[in-house]
Amino acid sequence: MIRAVMVMNTQGKPRLAKFYDSVPVDKQQELIRSVFGVLCSRAENVSNFVEADSIFGPDSRLVYKHYATLYFLAMLDLIQVLVETLDKCFKNVCELDLVFNYSKIHTILDEIFFGGQVLETSSTEVMKAVEEISKLESASNSITLSQVCFWLAGSIACVFR
Amino acid sequence: MAGGVSSSSYYSSSIMETLFQRTLEDLIKGLRLQLIGESAFVSKAIEEIRREVKSTDPHTKSTALQKLSYLASLHFHDMSWAAFHVVEVMSSSRFSHKRIGYHAASLSFHDDTPVLLLITNQLRKDLASTNEFEVSLALECLSRISTPDLARDLTPEIFTLLSTTKIFVRKKAISVVLRVFAKYPDAVRVCFKRLVENLDNSDPQILAAVVGVFCELASQDPGSYLPLAPEFYRILVDSKNNWVLIKVLKIFAKLAPLEPRLAKRVVEPICDHMRRTGAKSLMFECIRTVVSSFSEYESAVKLAVVKIRELLVDDDPNLKYLGLQALSVIAPKHLWAVLENKEVVIKWLSDEDPNIKLECLRLVMAMVSESNVVEISRVLVTYSLKSDPGFCNEILGSILCTCSRNAYEIIVDFDWYVSLLGEMSRIPHCQKGDEIENQLIDMGMRVKDVRPELLQVARGLLIDPALLGNPFLHRILAAAAWVSGEYIEFSRNPFELMEALLQPRTSLLPLSVRAVYIHSAFKVLIFCLHSYILQSESMTSSFPDNLVLGVSELVLKRNMLEGSDLTTCEAPSAHCSEGFNPSNQSYEDLSIENGGDRTINHGQTSTPAFSENIFTYDSIINLINQVELALGPFTGSHDAEVFERTRHILCFIELIKGEITECLVQKGKTLESEEMKASKIIKLISDAFSEELGPVSVSAQQRVPIPEGLLLKENLDDLETICADFQVPASNLFSLGSPYYGEEVGVSPFGLQNKEESEPSNEATSLLTEHRKLHGLYYLAPEKNEIVGNDYPPANEPKLQVNPKNDTEDLVKLTVQSLATNKKPNHAKTRPVVVKLDEGDLVTITAKRPETKDDLVSGAVREVLVGSDTRTATSQRNPSDKSSSKRSKRKGKEKLNVDCSELKENLGDSEKLKHENPSSRKNKHSINGKERRHKSTGKIGEEGEENGQKGKQKSSHRHARHKASHRADAPLNVVSQTPVIPDFLL
Repeated sequence: MIRAVMVMNTQGKPRLAKFYDSVPVDKQQELIRSVFGVLCSRAENVSNFVEADSIFGPDSRLVYKHYATLYFLAMLDLIQVLVETLDKCFKNVCELDLVFNYSKIHTILDEIFFGGQVLETSSTEVMKAVEEISKLESASNSITLSQVCFWLAGSIACVFR
Repeated sequence: MAGGVSSSSYYSSSIMETLFQRTLEDLIKGLRLQLIGESAFVSKAIEEIRREVKSTDPHTKSTALQKLSYLASLHFHDMSWAAFHVVEVMSSSRFSHKRIGYHAASLSFHDDTPVLLLITNQLRKDLASTNEFEVSLALECLSRISTPDLARDLTPEIFTLLSTTKIFVRKKAISVVLRVFAKYPDAVRVCFKRLVENLDNSDPQILAAVVGVFCELASQDPGSYLPLAPEFYRILVDSKNNWVLIKVLKIFAKLAPLEPRLAKRVVEPICDHMRRTGAKSLMFECIRTVVSSFSEYESAVKLAVVKIRELLVDDDPNLKYLGLQALSVIAPKHLWAVLENKEVVIKWLSDEDPNIKLECLRLVMAMVSESNVVEISRVLVTYSLKSDPGFCNEILGSILCTCSRNAYEIIVDFDWYVSLLGEMSRIPHCQKGDEIENQLIDMGMRVKDVRPELLQVARGLLIDPALLGNPFLHRILAAAAWVSGEYIEFSRNPFELMEALLQPRTSLLPLSVRAVYIHSAFKVLIFCLHSYILQSESMTSSFPDNLVLGVSELVLKRNMLEGSDLTTCEAPSAHCSEGFNPSNQSYEDLSIENGGDRTINHGQTSTPAFSENIFTYDSIINLINQVELALGPFTGSHDAEVFERTRHILCFIELIKGEITECLVQKGKTLESEEMKASKIIKLISDAFSEELGPVSVSAQQRVPIPEGLLLKENLDDLETICADFQVPASNLFSLGSPYYGEEVGVSPFGLQNKEESEPSNEATSLLTEHRKLHGLYYLAPEKNEIVGNDYPPANEPKLQVNPKNDTEDLVKLTVQSLATNKKPNHAKTRPVVVKLDEGDLVTITAKRPETKDDLVSGAVREVLVGSDTRTATSQRNPSDKSSSKRSKRKGKEKLNVDCSELKENLGDSEKLKHENPSSRKNKHSINGKERRHKSTGKIGEEGEENGQKGKQKSSHRHARHKASHRADAPLNVVSQTPVIPDFLL
């Protein structure tokens, strides 16, 4: 089960946070802080797993990725799917895209993860769904894509058990 | 600016509100500008939102809610106050509003949110919507916030969606089932068959979703899903989707250990995947499955180890790490796999990645054995000096843990280990003080052969003033101080130790440790005084004694003569060791079992240790003065321990000082002739201190007889209800404490005494049994009372000799007899005796597994799959379920249209299944009805049968028949019922 998905920048500011257990907000903040604490203490080019028992309780593990390099393991694959989708959706995704497109990002996230389970691993399928949902929404809401682009500097983390 | 306008326009028309409302984007931009600081900005925004969300205009309201969700999600602002507005927005007819509402609900609702009661109908409506995206919203929300009530009420809708043709909705409906089952186990009876049918679906999305659900379900209780093994097997062989394969592998990893025949069948396909796949994730999952669940299959393990090797030499740190992890899983069963990769493991001990280092450390520790522990520990300790503090402590911790495992199982050379502990204590980053403290004391009590070395190590730690400044070492120093007091008889220079215990820098110690220091100083003082008195006594009697000394004691004799010579030169001499003195008989008696130690001590004292005379008049007086001086300030201490111990020692000095000085003034005169009060006191206290402290079992209390006249039952009777489920904490601590345990251990009839003593012990036993019968409640659970290496005496046994005025004659008799039967330790043994106490006891306490909903789910699943009579158990266990299921049925009936007639029938079935005494005919009928219906369910079901696949469909039918016939006979026991696997696999 996936317990939480987080995207944060290099300063530890959360850009996306979704918890699949019910966690009170102050606890969420604390968790994100401690995750950032763990992540920023880790050197580059080390493995992407952290045993997160101390933060999330027994048997949980934190898989994270600084967005740049490619790895091929299941959880990392998922993060890859998420980033790929974001990339397709925003044509070279950057932090600002995440900042400004709160609603759309949640749509994407909800298509991939569903109640702590992985629902979809193909970014094309996710894109299809997201586009249709956007069309439905566009009746009243227009999403403006930010044209400013700088590379997403930060990390995406999934905590799962 | 927009905010200002909107606040002023609060009472104006809704159009104005909409026009001037700050959108989410405005909010984000404002936050980024941070003109007035983030928290001020946020609270201002919240204020706005509070106003806007009350608006009658749906757009204004939903935008406000969206902003609130954003702030709650990323700025951790509480939004529970807006719960009712969330419900309002959820019910909006416009999709974009509805979406915002649902998002807010899944973000902020939890089990205790009061408005949850209001959304059931909304969810039901949206679940039945023709717009698949609306259905999807409702499903997503349900997957996050579902409660038992919601799950129960919406089960019919989910059942319908499980076979919808819209893939987009169906996969979500499949996933949501997991949450629904967890919240409302009775839903299994309704939905499980449809869920299983989806395993046959050819659509990859559906398959991925359903396999994911089964993976989660099987991880909770794999046994219930054994009957589905053929389905999973088919997927394992046929599927091309790595994600699905990984999930199926996870399922098999759980199922295989339960059913060896299944393991035999699937091991080959798994190996095929391992060989063929190019995806590292799938390969790793294959490896993990094999090493964790198929470790008996030699060829599979060999293949896995080859693949692990590939991972280990990869450049990617993730793969390295995973390879190492797989190795550590397999290490306990196939150590050769680790040994084969020894070089790599040791090489990466110095990797930059902390994960990899840690994993390597674990593997290195897995390789430790009796023969290489010295070598490996040496290497690791050296390495820890170069590591960062965190890893250094990991290393020390794992050495400590490995070496102390199972009462120091792998340690042969205890002297080495004790000095290693001393060395560890001096490592700058060492933070393992508590553990080292425990082990130092523990070994002192368990392994008596190590005591001389232990004292040396303790001395080394105590006399180093630099160590006192390191707070992490304080616990170790406490242990060292305790050791120095307790085993002072092995010391070559007690005065030096006394100085160390009283050095000024001890003021850096916490008071609790100082108390130990002071008490140890007391012990040392007593030892010195006692030795001095003995020596003085011997001076008068040594000549005649020495003349009759045996040839074997030549060395001693020589020393004595030297001593005597010196005595004549007005420089009293002695050899402090108790073993030395022939007139020391009374002392010797006190601790007969100490004979072994004495022997060692003889050897030591005859070496240059005491070539100088240390117990002189001056040295003793100096010692007393030194103690008085150093402890004086503590008489005003506020710490009870420190204060009391100081008072003890100072009062004692007060008591003896006069006489000591007096008698010492007339040195050379015989002391024994004068029946001195002081020397008597000293002897008595010394006797008390020379009492040997052994380890005390946690279950020692059990052996304590209740004193006469103590009426336990009367007052505590009503505690029975409270204490009924009380369990002993499984701590492995040994009390250092009260010598009174000794008496009781002595009386214990279990295990300690031999047959000769059966007479008196019988009496005690019968008394005990009687008492046990009467007060059984207050006894702890019976233990396996084994003392390994039982040539070591039980804790504090000789106490009785010291203090023979015991209440009961029985005790004396028993103890004398048990002493008589004690054997002396055999020093020819290479490994010293290590006392173990009822180790088994500590492990056997297992937590009672509470009955969870998982059990209910599994029960229901078993019922559906196997058709066992689990249902009786389930419904009995949870009578409320029955009524709830009835309710859901009723509701279902109300709501269901023609499409759902099937469901109605099904619900009816589940209802019927619940009857306690069904007539066989009736049931057969209902089962048949179910079967017929199944055949007409649709293509999927038919295909399954037509293909002649002995898949789930068929098997479940067979089981259904089973069920019917079983039920006709008699209700079956749940536990004895094992799931049946179709012949296909066997």
